[in-house]
Amino acid sequence: MKFVWFNLMPWPYLDDDFRSQHRSVWVDIDRRLYDPVKGHALYHEYMDQLEYADSVGFDGIGVNEHHQNGYGLMPSPNIIAAGLARRTSQAAIAVIGNSIALYNPPVRVAEEFAMLDVISGGRLLAGFPVGTSMDTNYCYGQIPSLTRDKYAEAHELILRAWTEEEPFAFDGKYNQLRYVNVWPKPIQTPHPPIYIPGGGSVETWDFCVENNYNYSYLSFGGYIAGKRLLDGYWERVAALGADESPYRGAFAQIICVADTDAEAERLYSEHVLYFYNRCLHVYPGFADAPGYRTIKTLQTGALGALREAARRRFSELSWGDLVENGNVIAGSPETVRQRMEEMIKGLHIGTVFCLMHNGNQPDWKTRYSTQLFAEKVMPKLRDVWPEWAGDDRWWCHPLPDRLDPLDTVGGKARAEQGVGA
Amino acid sequence: MDWEQVTTARGIASRVLVGGSGQPMLFLHSATGHTGMLPFLDQLCGIARVYAPEWPGFGESGGEEQLEDMLDFTLHGWDIADALGLERVALSGHSMGAMIAAEMACLCPDRVTGLGLIAPAGLWLDDHPVPDIFATLPQELPGLLFADPAQGAAVLTGGTDFSSDTALTEFFVGNARRLGTAGKILFPIPNRRLSKRLYRLRARTTLVWGEEDRLYPAAYAKRWAELVPASQDVLVPRAGHMVPAEAPDAVVAALAELVSP
Repeated sequence: MKFVWFNLMPWPYLDDDFRSQHRSVWVDIDRRLYDPVKGHALYHEYMDQLEYADSVGFDGIGVNEHHQNGYGLMPSPNIIAAGLARRTSQAAIAVIGNSIALYNPPVRVAEEFAMLDVISGGRLLAGFPVGTSMDTNYCYGQIPSLTRDKYAEAHELILRAWTEEEPFAFDGKYNQLRYVNVWPKPIQTPHPPIYIPGGGSVETWDFCVENNYNYSYLSFGGYIAGKRLLDGYWERVAALGADESPYRGAFAQIICVADTDAEAERLYSEHVLYFYNRCLHVYPGFADAPGYRTIKTLQTGALGALREAARRRFSELSWGDLVENGNVIAGSPETVRQRMEEMIKGLHIGTVFCLMHNGNQPDWKTRYSTQLFAEKVMPKLRDVWPEWAGDDRWWCHPLPDRLDPLDTVGGKARAEQGVGA
Repeated sequence: MDWEQVTTARGIASRVLVGGSGQPMLFLHSATGHTGMLPFLDQLCGIARVYAPEWPGFGESGGEEQLEDMLDFTLHGWDIADALGLERVALSGHSMGAMIAAEMACLCPDRVTGLGLIAPAGLWLDDHPVPDIFATLPQELPGLLFADPAQGAAVLTGGTDFSSDTALTEFFVGNARRLGTAGKILFPIPNRRLSKRLYRLRARTTLVWGEEDRLYPAAYAKRWAELVPASQDVLVPRAGHMVPAEAPDAVVAALAELVSP
């Protein structure tokens, strides 16, 4: 099993009456709510936590891209990843990912991901999301019914930019480039492993299987609701004749660990509820621009699942509901281990994106939960898939002799001054 | 009116509502399709030989994946006219359809005998941002599009029973197709630089506007009149953006001049 520590980077200062006073946390969120001075400290707190996760043995640390969003302060995840690449040397750096249809031209992604791979010594996991409708259509103005076509072209361009040795001309519908010749090129060959975060579009499943990409289902609906969609994915894996390595699939899960189940509720409930009540308060008009989903997706059972999810009013859920429904895996290390195992086996996944910072959770609680998970849960879940041990097709392949932060000139200087790396 | 099936030279099969007699007039519908427009079209048949194509992506007409940008849309309009054997024709349209009709007239001014633009889309004024129909909740659309929201709700749902899951899914899928197609020329800002081509218009032009249009308010009517100087201006009282559905008599009367001998 691989565990990637993830921080969505929410804004933790939304008022108690946020829901009633504001129509959306996303797209047209009130700009006056952002305080850059508080933001300064917050970015450092969150990046420190990601570095901490590396130090306690998580396999990866993860960042993602959102725009105009009160629960995702990373319009450019590559900036955060660049900081992490300099300050860590062990964990994979999972950028899940860059919405490739939004970069103009998309060779920008090929360049920046190559830079991250080179700086990190080959630790990059490269995510290529289509992007949510909120980000892609409403914030970045892409025409909904052409978004997937533009994505497909961007994907082709980036892959060619990474793998072709000669400069080439690219005559695309959305990108015309006379000289594609990306410098630098990534350390990992032919390119970093590719992760496709999906929300439930059926086309994405075949795309992942045909290209041997990891399908990462990212939702806050929890693993019990998520099973329906991942079952659909594994059906396509089997239908297309691919092997059933669990490392083809990943899932994002909110996790809270404490000494006891009761302590978990006492410590984390208000922060998890902050996340569900305030951070997920999205104006329904921004949920799905007409044309963003294909007709095929709308007509399949996926629609049923999505509508079911939409009907569940997160704001009305209690801590007990969230735990019972599997939105949150919380409790003592043993409770968390049991439920994690149930999730991992139920979804048949090899990689978990562990959401261990929630809403307005203070730093000490985040570290406490993270440490308990790393020490008391993670080791017991390492070998859930003994028959697939050593299957590293979807993991990074770093340089064995890559630089440690302490080896860099800046790191040495700080160590001599006793500042630490 | 009767449905006729035509296939364009590009290969798109489309349905066209045909009726009436007299000089030919092509009518292009808005992003809501022919919904609620049948009484208006029936009356229009009293003054002209009317051809009202169903745009790809609407109803039973497919092929929308072949239309990607404004030029594709404009050429499709002329492809339909060609398939119907209409060499010279009066063009009319409502909202998105009027935007396409205006583009068609700019592209081939010699083929246009008259131009009727009913609450046309296609311009953007920074001081009067058009409400975002792509982020408007379905239940809020009637109030945005009609002077009388209750009438609007009845027209837009067209008697669909939303307590039925099948009907709801069908409506949802249909809406995604319609607005997904419309989005190619209207999203995120309904401006494909038509204003810089309007100098090519030569045919007599009639602008029709609902006095209570909340989608494209009066400032747009004024701007269109400035850009199309030879135009006749008709302001219809007690009507909103869906003026052909709300006041068919007044709109048909306004268009009559375009097909008079």
